[in-house]
Amino acid sequence: MSTPSRVITLTLDDREVGAHTDQTILEVARENGIVIPTLCHLEGLLPIGACRICLVEVVGSNKLLPACATKVTDGMRVITQSERLTRYRRRVVEFLFASGNHICAVCVSNHHCELQDMAVYTGMSHLTEPYRYPKLRVDASHERFVQDDNRCILCQRCVRVCAEIEGAHTWDVMGRGIEARVITDLNQPWGESDTCTSCSKCVQVCPTGALSIKGMAAAEMKKRKHFLAQYWTLKEEES
Amino acid sequence: MMLEALRKIAEEHRAAHPPTAKTLKVCVAAGCVSCQSDQVKKALEAAAKKGGADSPIIVKGVGCLGLCAQGPLVISEPGATLYRQVKPEDAAELAAATKHEPVKRLVAPANQVFYSRQQRIVTENFDRIDPEKIEDYIAADGYLALLTTLTTRSPAQTIDELIKSGLRGRGGGGYPTGLKWSTVAKASGSEKYIICNADEGDPGAFMDRSVLESDPHRILEGMALAGYAVGAQRGYIYVRAEYPIAVKRLKLAISQAEKMKLLGPSIGGSSFQFTIEVRLGAGAFVCGEETALIASIEGKRGTPRPRPPFPAESGLWGKPTLINNVETFANIATILRNGGDWYAGFGTEKSRGTKVFALAGRINNTGLIEVPMGITLREIIYDIGGGIPGGRRFKAVQTGGPSGGCIPEQFLDMPVEYESLAKVGSIMGSGGMIVMDETSCMVDVAKFFMEFCKSESCGKCVPCRVGTAQMYDLLCKISEGRATLDDLALLEDLCDTVKHTSLCGLGQTAPNPVLSTLRFFRHEYLAHIEEQRCPAGVCKMCIPQEIHR
Repeated sequence: MSTPSRVITLTLDDREVGAHTDQTILEVARENGIVIPTLCHLEGLLPIGACRICLVEVVGSNKLLPACATKVTDGMRVITQSERLTRYRRRVVEFLFASGNHICAVCVSNHHCELQDMAVYTGMSHLTEPYRYPKLRVDASHERFVQDDNRCILCQRCVRVCAEIEGAHTWDVMGRGIEARVITDLNQPWGESDTCTSCSKCVQVCPTGALSIKGMAAAEMKKRKHFLAQYWTLKEEES
Repeated sequence: MMLEALRKIAEEHRAAHPPTAKTLKVCVAAGCVSCQSDQVKKALEAAAKKGGADSPIIVKGVGCLGLCAQGPLVISEPGATLYRQVKPEDAAELAAATKHEPVKRLVAPANQVFYSRQQRIVTENFDRIDPEKIEDYIAADGYLALLTTLTTRSPAQTIDELIKSGLRGRGGGGYPTGLKWSTVAKASGSEKYIICNADEGDPGAFMDRSVLESDPHRILEGMALAGYAVGAQRGYIYVRAEYPIAVKRLKLAISQAEKMKLLGPSIGGSSFQFTIEVRLGAGAFVCGEETALIASIEGKRGTPRPRPPFPAESGLWGKPTLINNVETFANIATILRNGGDWYAGFGTEKSRGTKVFALAGRINNTGLIEVPMGITLREIIYDIGGGIPGGRRFKAVQTGGPSGGCIPEQFLDMPVEYESLAKVGSIMGSGGMIVMDETSCMVDVAKFFMEFCKSESCGKCVPCRVGTAQMYDLLCKISEGRATLDDLALLEDLCDTVKHTSLCGLGQTAPNPVLSTLRFFRHEYLAHIEEQRCPAGVCKMCIPQEIHR
């Protein structure tokens, strides 16, 4: 079905680079040491292009495209940094801060948080839009883990790692728009989930303090994502 | 079924129903059914029976007759007398009147312009056929295009004919249909799919519903022709569950067509096979977006995914998929029957053919119309639509639903085309046309559409999920007289971000109603902000003006 990968050349920020046609813009950029910020994307999981942080300009396209989910094509000219992109990325980070209750000082993931890092990266020192202060749920029914919706940015990494790697598909999304939430099974408390294997993969890939291990104090929760790379290395060796 | 057999059915059916026969046609589309046209039909049938065998009257259900706000509508033939607001108790009188003078008190006011300015292609059968009878459709040359195309044209020639016609996607985007078809035809792989997008969801729009309810076989024929042209054997109609009559008639039509072997294996004695299945949507607006629609058919949560890859390359179950809107498919059979050149003779250079619009809002003739492209907005609103009720002043016309914009008076003489509408900040859209007069507040209109987008956002991408909610709150603030000029600047900034960074069309176009009202009615926003005053008197200010001063 799928056509075999070909070797092509494209331009990333005025640099000519070589790539395979089955690679994404993000993969090629990283190979060449070009930084494109990402948030929902995590290597080893299928990209969904949800957070829009990695949007890049492609010459000839009237739309901005997500670097994580867009395959490279021959002769493509990509701009990864511009005044406009910086402005949009900063606004997206503002949206995330405005829509949750992100109080870094008391958060288990303080100093180890990808959202916090992104605020620093985009220079978001304060919000130019109103905070929404939503009333959200904290689910501590699981014996080892806690889910705190106040800190969730709906990147769906937990949903994907659970379905794609663990194969349990405990997590999914419920509701629409600003009301959308990540839930376990059919919106049961996490502790009562029939499908959860308590493997903790979701906790380890979560970019913020939304999923954490119980008993952590502020700034103590460090996530270990390296298992994903190990998993794929093993898979490759098997085949 | 072979072509000769089809022709025979058509001739026999036409002979049994000559145009001179006394016939009472009752609209059985949703608009009239909602005011009990089904009861009217029953009463007419009973009255016709009483009349006796010496002067037989045929009572039949037909599709949408256009003047929806005047329903239930009945047409008496011969003579084409249109009756409006008919009640079941009027039945005996109407049946008796077929022999002599029409019943004056029920005759719709002579509204020649409403019908004479229209050009019927998609809706050509609406007042002619019973949507639940396949023989009626066949007698109106139905399935003729399918069977003749299968025997006389190659798939490539079929697509050429469509390219010649200049037809563009009627779902709103206006992508050239022939080009889309040839892309799917060229895609590699033997397994391909046809999808009919019948998830019509714009507020105030009911074009697709009317087509499905009035002439369902037309869609099946268009889809089968598409299947032949691009090399697909399976089609899905994704229709919203809120359209129960459309769903019922589609399912009936599919089973009738299968029984007559117009769908299924070896159609028309050829090697071409095609089956169609109906899939119901559960009421999410975003499922009208093609990738979300595909996810929904696959049984997943209906959320969009980034394009490329486009469905033409990787769509349903990862296979090449052709997805067109109801009205687009409704044009196909007629185009292939009469030729691409014939169709290209209607409309303008870049926008060929006709467009169906649902006229709603502050207008005298609320209903369904089909007009040639290039007609002016003024002709639609004042001639066909009969103008604004109560002698009030026209303010704007909203096209394209939550993705479109408001067009003010100075552009009323502009021709209706994809490009011209885009130039003034709106879009053709799927065909909703909401007319507003001086009693409508444009901030309130923008707020209404933003509330719609906010609650219909799927929540997958950040700008649409959070941005629509933030913009809605700002619009509330403005409409309540609590906003500052900084809030307005922030609103414009958010519009820009959401428009350019959202994942799918819903988010990318959600700011349009705000942007277009800001472009032409900025003074109304400023009146709310600087004077805490709503010029149209719609918005309630949270601070009474005298206290504020």
